[in-house]
Amino acid sequence: MLRLEAMGAIYPALERCIVVTIMGAVSAELQSLGHRPGFFYLQHGMGLASSMGLGIALARPELQVVVLDGDGSLLMNLGALTTMARYRPRNLVHVVFDNESLLSVGGFPTATATGSDLAGMAAAAGIPRTATVRTTADFTAAFDEALRANAMTTLVAKVEAKGPPVFLTDLPMLENRFQFQRHLRTLSGSRR
Amino acid sequence: MEDDGDDGGADVPVSVKHSGLIYDALKACGVKLISALPETWLVHLIQMAEDDPEMILVRLAKEEEGVGISAGAHLAGVKSAMLMQNHGFLASVNGIVSLARLYRIPLLMLISYRGEFGERDPWQTEGGGTTEPLLRALSIPYERLDEPAHVARRISKAQTLAESSLKPVALLLGRDLMWEE
Repeated sequence: MLRLEAMGAIYPALERCIVVTIMGAVSAELQSLGHRPGFFYLQHGMGLASSMGLGIALARPELQVVVLDGDGSLLMNLGALTTMARYRPRNLVHVVFDNESLLSVGGFPTATATGSDLAGMAAAAGIPRTATVRTTADFTAAFDEALRANAMTTLVAKVEAKGPPVFLTDLPMLENRFQFQRHLRTLSGSRR
Repeated sequence: MEDDGDDGGADVPVSVKHSGLIYDALKACGVKLISALPETWLVHLIQMAEDDPEMILVRLAKEEEGVGISAGAHLAGVKSAMLMQNHGFLASVNGIVSLARLYRIPLLMLISYRGEFGERDPWQTEGGGTTEPLLRALSIPYERLDEPAHVARRISKAQTLAESSLKPVALLLGRDLMWEE
């Protein structure tokens, strides 16, 4: 499965969610499908997109939060799986696009290329719902199920190591950050 | 970074009274979420957060996660604070630089200042001399908390500066404030 196709398949559902993505290909591809004010692209801080999603999900339980993570980023912050599992917010869906490589720096293989199983680690960490999927149809079905489920999900999508030719988009980081914050402010919130 | 030094669990001479002053000051600033990794000097503060139904306490595996959690909370409109040992600050540097500073995220970091004069644990001694030079290298405004009388105002002022500058600020929790012997 191509990540861009997988993202395209869930794009209509993402429009209703608060989305935090990692840097590089994931960020550029989601923006190529169409930026929304509820999408935040973490262009650095490698590994911390999942922690940001957890922070938003805990701070605003009324919002549906989706993190679009990657194998390299998650491997850099594996402890985050145990923290997410500890609090397991029901409004958090954690998607990991696993292309078994550090694509944006030339495609060096990550540990998932030699057998490390991220869904297995997530399950062992205590994430209530976990799965690994390999086709766009299975991914779409599993993602929709995760949104409907009343428990936190880590969904690992095995994708090809292919990305866009360039990662730079015309959305500056700070414009994205302040627009995202304003957007969250406009959404009704019980905790604020 | 957890340590097993001069602590023996619940009966360590960490000041409950001063921990309460710090906790009340955080509450007075409107802090609704605290991330923490247990450290001897922080045990009472973390317990106060745990026992407070109005507080969201996030226990971490590593302190750098707290940068992401505070960033998410800030963008979601919730004020937060981070409780960590100075070695946890050392472990958070990349997140502070490449998330908090890059994206103008306020962080209120309360850092227990181990390894200073009076430190008896040999393994804590390298972190002491590294903490302030690193804060300065990162241009993070900081003040020490040693006097109980300074706690409320300095925490309030630190929170105000973090929110107005949209940058990390730090308070160093000193031995004279946290430790009773």
